[in-house]
Amino acid sequence: MGKVLMKGNEAIAQAAISAGCEGFFGYPITPQNEVPEYMSKYLAKSGGVFVQAESELAAINMVYGAAAAGARVMTSSSSPGIALKQEGISYCAGAQLPVVIVSISRGGPGLGGILPSQGDYNQATRGGGNGDYRVIVLAPNGVQEATDMVRHAFKLADSYRIPVMVMADGIIGQMMEPVEIDTTPIPKAPNLWAATGQGKRAHTNMVNSMHLDPYELEDHNILLNNKYLEIAKNETDYEKYLCDDAEVLIVAYGTPSRIVKSAIKTLREEGIKAGLFRPKTLVPYPFDALHEASKSVKFVLVTELSMGQMIVDVKLAVNGLVPVHFYGRTGGVIFEPQEIVDAVKSHLGGK
Amino acid sequence: MTVVFKKTKGLTNKPLTYCPGCTHGIIHRLVAEVLEELNILDRSVLIASVGCSVMAYDFFNTDCIQAAHGRAPAVATGVKRVRPDSIVFTYQGDGDLASIGTGEIVQAAHRGENITVIFVNNAIYGMTGGQMAPTTLPGQITTTSPYGRDVKTQGEPIKMSELIATIPGTYYVERVMTADPVSVRKAKTAIKKAFQNQVDGKGFSMVEVLSSCNIGWGLSPVDSLKYIKERMAPYFPLGVYKDKGKAE
Amino acid sequence: MKGRVSFDNDTCKGCGLCVSACPMKILALDLSKVNKIGYNPAYCIDQEKCIACTNCALMCPDSVITVERLDI
Repeated sequence: MGKVLMKGNEAIAQAAISAGCEGFFGYPITPQNEVPEYMSKYLAKSGGVFVQAESELAAINMVYGAAAAGARVMTSSSSPGIALKQEGISYCAGAQLPVVIVSISRGGPGLGGILPSQGDYNQATRGGGNGDYRVIVLAPNGVQEATDMVRHAFKLADSYRIPVMVMADGIIGQMMEPVEIDTTPIPKAPNLWAATGQGKRAHTNMVNSMHLDPYELEDHNILLNNKYLEIAKNETDYEKYLCDDAEVLIVAYGTPSRIVKSAIKTLREEGIKAGLFRPKTLVPYPFDALHEASKSVKFVLVTELSMGQMIVDVKLAVNGLVPVHFYGRTGGVIFEPQEIVDAVKSHLGGK
Repeated sequence: MTVVFKKTKGLTNKPLTYCPGCTHGIIHRLVAEVLEELNILDRSVLIASVGCSVMAYDFFNTDCIQAAHGRAPAVATGVKRVRPDSIVFTYQGDGDLASIGTGEIVQAAHRGENITVIFVNNAIYGMTGGQMAPTTLPGQITTTSPYGRDVKTQGEPIKMSELIATIPGTYYVERVMTADPVSVRKAKTAIKKAFQNQVDGKGFSMVEVLSSCNIGWGLSPVDSLKYIKERMAPYFPLGVYKDKGKAE
Repeated sequence: MKGRVSFDNDTCKGCGLCVSACPMKILALDLSKVNKIGYNPAYCIDQEKCIACTNCALMCPDSVITVERLDI
């Protein structure tokens, strides 16, 4: 299949189908509606199940049930809807269920707006569910990478038995780009732990997140954390662009990173050596690589479509080596390349 | 000698964690007996809810999934849709089904999910220490209605069977009780029908069982049975509220 | 004698529901014994009168009762 022009949300849905998604449970919310719409049209045709749930709460719990029964499943939503899913995500993490959650984020807080935003970095990476848990968070920079990451998310969810979130901003959801969706089948784990009815098994299976004995719960949380450490070791991913000779390091993720690349081109034409560091996995965050990359620069500029959320992780990574500055727009406003150029210059001028 | 009654294979050997005299144990046994008699233990998946029956997964000899508070019907939907050959049932109390989970139960019924719901109504939050439930009777004293439920400010008890029966997608709804051997036998018949409906692919079936909470009610186990019969049943009338099978 | 009723003494919680359900009034809690889990277990005071109706077992929340019927 060559490249085809597709809207981001539809490409994400098609990528999930190509990955062997067996069930989709969702609820309408802008700007992700094309994902459930596409699923309702095509998932059943490939042998899967589509259910429009009554709420995001119900949708994530349907995902919990279907995953507990051993199916490869996903849900999608946008910011306020992801907030509602947090309870279920905590249960999925606690019960070690492989599920994929697509978040097409928009402006907040509250009902906020429907235009693209990165105000949900904390929501995605810290989560609003209770307890000692992590989910993997992948952040694509365009439609092609979004489809690749959705497929990768199913693989990661299966291999580590963990919820994986693909957090794309509303720009990716709504824009059309040429995309080639990989159609290679993704082998599925046998899921011997799943609650499908005992059948010929010698024992019954139980999917559960409750451990009333404190030592048992502690052991469980240590197990979850060890798994996370393994994920951090194996799956941390990032992109470095013109970093080798950079005197200024700009950190951005998602589609804003493409605006930053334009700004870097302008800056370099003006003799300012800027480079981009782009985390592709927000959890696990590429702390070590960013620390290394910041060693030889004058300062780091964090750019986000928010009032500054990822900057906390950047500061943890840089760990005081050089100053960390911030430039962001919020509420659905997207910065222009020139704004980034000006921000870099203002900090250089201050030296 | 012929054994005419012994513990069902549908229950595990773990001692139930319920208080002495709590009729949850009777309802567990009835469900487990029905699964054994219908020969569907190996196909069944229990969705345990939150409340006193939170550890039901330890007691049923079936595959089990523990759900978040109120969400059992949504979890059951997920399982049933991807594993249509399995027999999926939720076991929920009144706090779970009639309060925090009203959205999920109403919408699972509305979609006509082919699942079985066992709704245990004992008019109180037992697990958390005896607080007022949506089904707490008018004037009933609980730890959060210490002067008795005041219907002017706390509403009148919600009648879930009546409500669920009004939903077009529902196939079968019956209310039964566990007050004496006769009513327990009737309860089993209803539960069996609710599972047979699922086996036959008929659709959403719910059995509401009026049950006791002697500790929460401050009564002896035996007096609690009288309370079910004399106080609860008049407010929550027993009977079949919906049976599409009769209409067919 | 038409029937025989027996109890799993170790798991009986002494709630007395079987005692009140028995039409022959032949069940009681054994106040002279405390079982492993701290309760006075139920027992049959007159096995000869058991009619194997299973009412006691039907009302037992903890499935501790087995009922046998005499074959005729």
